[in-house]
Amino acid sequence: MSRLAFRNARLIDPASGTDQTGDLIVENGVIRDMGLNLLDGAAADGCQVVEAAGRILAPGLVDMRVALREPGDAHKETIASAGAAALAGGVTAMACLPNTDPVIDDPSLLSYVLSRARESTPVRVTPYGTVTKNADGREMTEMGLMLAAGAAGFTDGTRAVADSLVMRRALSYGRTYDALILQHPEDPALADEGHMNEGLTATRLGLTGIPAAAEVILLERDLRLVALTGGRYHAAHLSTAAAVAAVRQAKAQGLAVTCDTAPHYFTLTEDAVGEYRTFAKVSPPLRGEADRLAIIAGLADGTIDAIASDHAPQDPDSKRVPFAIAEPGILGLETLLSLSLALVRDGHLSLTAALAALSSHPARILGLPGGRLTRGQPADLVLFDPDTSWRVDPDRLHSKTQNTPFEDWELPGTVAMTAIAGNVHFNADAAADAPATGASRDGAAATAAGR
Amino acid sequence: MTAPPDIRLPSRHLLGIDGLDERTITGILDLSAIYFTHNRERGPKLKQLSGRTVMNLFFESSTRTRTSFEIAAKRLGGDVVNMNVAASSIKKGETLIDTAMTLNAMYADVLVVRHPDSGAVSLLSDKVNCAVINGGDGSHAHPTQALLDAFTIRHRKGRIAGLTVAICGDVAHSRVARSNIQLLTTMGARVRVVAPPTLLPAGVEGLGADVYHDMREGLSDCDIVMMLRLQAERMRGAFVPSIREYFHYFGLDREKLAFARPDALIMHPGPMNRGIEIDSVVADDIGRSVIAEQVETGVAVRMACLDLVTRSLHNQSGHNQSGHNQSRHDQPGGGAAP
Repeated sequence: MSRLAFRNARLIDPASGTDQTGDLIVENGVIRDMGLNLLDGAAADGCQVVEAAGRILAPGLVDMRVALREPGDAHKETIASAGAAALAGGVTAMACLPNTDPVIDDPSLLSYVLSRARESTPVRVTPYGTVTKNADGREMTEMGLMLAAGAAGFTDGTRAVADSLVMRRALSYGRTYDALILQHPEDPALADEGHMNEGLTATRLGLTGIPAAAEVILLERDLRLVALTGGRYHAAHLSTAAAVAAVRQAKAQGLAVTCDTAPHYFTLTEDAVGEYRTFAKVSPPLRGEADRLAIIAGLADGTIDAIASDHAPQDPDSKRVPFAIAEPGILGLETLLSLSLALVRDGHLSLTAALAALSSHPARILGLPGGRLTRGQPADLVLFDPDTSWRVDPDRLHSKTQNTPFEDWELPGTVAMTAIAGNVHFNADAAADAPATGASRDGAAATAAGR
Repeated sequence: MTAPPDIRLPSRHLLGIDGLDERTITGILDLSAIYFTHNRERGPKLKQLSGRTVMNLFFESSTRTRTSFEIAAKRLGGDVVNMNVAASSIKKGETLIDTAMTLNAMYADVLVVRHPDSGAVSLLSDKVNCAVINGGDGSHAHPTQALLDAFTIRHRKGRIAGLTVAICGDVAHSRVARSNIQLLTTMGARVRVVAPPTLLPAGVEGLGADVYHDMREGLSDCDIVMMLRLQAERMRGAFVPSIREYFHYFGLDREKLAFARPDALIMHPGPMNRGIEIDSVVADDIGRSVIAEQVETGVAVRMACLDLVTRSLHNQSGHNQSGHNQSRHDQPGGGAAP
């Protein structure tokens, strides 16, 4: 029987709002007990005791939007390297986009990714299947069979399902299995050939802009289809004030709608593009300050359910080119927690609300294990210190690429330890009472080097 | 030849109007005036670029601009190499950074670069050791065109400050318009843009231009009518319903021109689409149209620009030929702040 215990931790369960100091005991991969003075007296034989020293012990992060790049683009990232980045960032479960090569539009491909993930990383990986075959927006995929194979939900990932009839049928047919349909809400015709947010900056740089309206137009259409079909719908990576307002209204009407945003949308604005800085090219594009503040407000009032990293590694050949040609995307797994904690530091969000958006909410939306710090739950845990900071050094990140616009940023919150099913797979804590155990297979886990 | 004015460019490169203040622009125009006179008088061969190699690197074809730079460089005694890269190398998989490395190995002194993508010239400039002049990048900037337009205006009107300039037509796709708005407002002109909303980029008023959608209102009492080419090759889908309708409402003809001041000048960066954005009757009106003169001033202004960028090479005393930086810090845009 494997046992792990944390002594003197600040235990936060975002699902229940619990925030208390105490100990936590893990047995056979699940949380056996938590409370005050559980570890008084001698610990049981073979129990690894971690001295938390008042640091926060919370559910491991559940990241609902990660591009793993495998199969097809292993020079950008592999499941193993993404897994290492996830562990270093406190992420214990990730849902991965189906925009691989080939795209995940078939139960066998889904099974392949799951199998590769089991070989490559201890992080819980759940792929999305595409809504349409080849993600080309025309024919529905075998949703039932893919759900049976382990799909977390359905999305055409980086592409919007633009055809209203296809979306209607996906939402409608998905009800058969209570399937979640996730959308990249961006009208492709309005976004066509656009490279950054439409406005003065794009005009000055001579870049074609993508209007903020491209997001809310597709979103509002989808919301009407949700009302029509009763399907379960999730809007990914909201970036605009108008979209937040639309979701707020839909929720007030009682629609089965959830949404997420990514840290760059509440941290950066289009100003980050500077003079054609391709590391600030993302999809949807970074917006203006009013939109950024609206995203924060949406998180604060609960309109936005989750924070996903939208981790999108890109190799230098995809970024060291003219802005218009550059691929969109930034690294996110290792800065996800810290950028979210910056909102807490700046008084925009409570710590519990931030952790809920990072763990319990996405776990609930996707029906994944974890996300709760209660007895009987899987011991997917992150131990972190909110009061220390770290400098983002791309050379020390675990991804295969370095496309982060946060280089040299000093960010709050350092991850000390990440455990999955009670096994410690990342341990940056030199003060731990015992060395890490349960190292991941294939060397995928991060080392104790930390940051 | 008159003594050249003592001015320095703020950077080794000339990538745009950014960073050029009124005094520097005036200095460039003054130096251009010297070369303009020299060219007209067929003065003795000059040596400012003696021993220097100017490379015209055009990823987008443009006989007019390339020839203008070529003549300018040769009149200053420089050697000129023309490279028409137009997509061939790119198709073979060579990146812009590969091209930069190749050029570094060839030890050119000045690169004149035209590229279909906004920001591409800036990216290249960050990776090469020589001076770079932007010969037009995407819809972003075309600084020598703006300088030659300013020179032409000053030459004809004696001043720029206080004039009203209407820039008409496809502003959305025009690097000429962007650079001209910036330069002319810096020099104290009032700039209007006149176009249907589909041909105006978002927030163009933020660049300092007043927006008009009606040619008669936009041209009213203006001193300069600057027409732009309708860039159909940059358009996907219809920005205007038809050429016929476009010409009817936005093409420059005598009737619309009558709303401008009687002594208003007609300008066009060329090549013109006659019967689309401009009527031949006004394009060829030798009393008002300075379109041919723009070509002439183009050579003088480019001589001034080549002279100035090579002066800064002198100042750099043997610019570093070895250490071009490929780190991630140097993403496209070169030197961009984090």
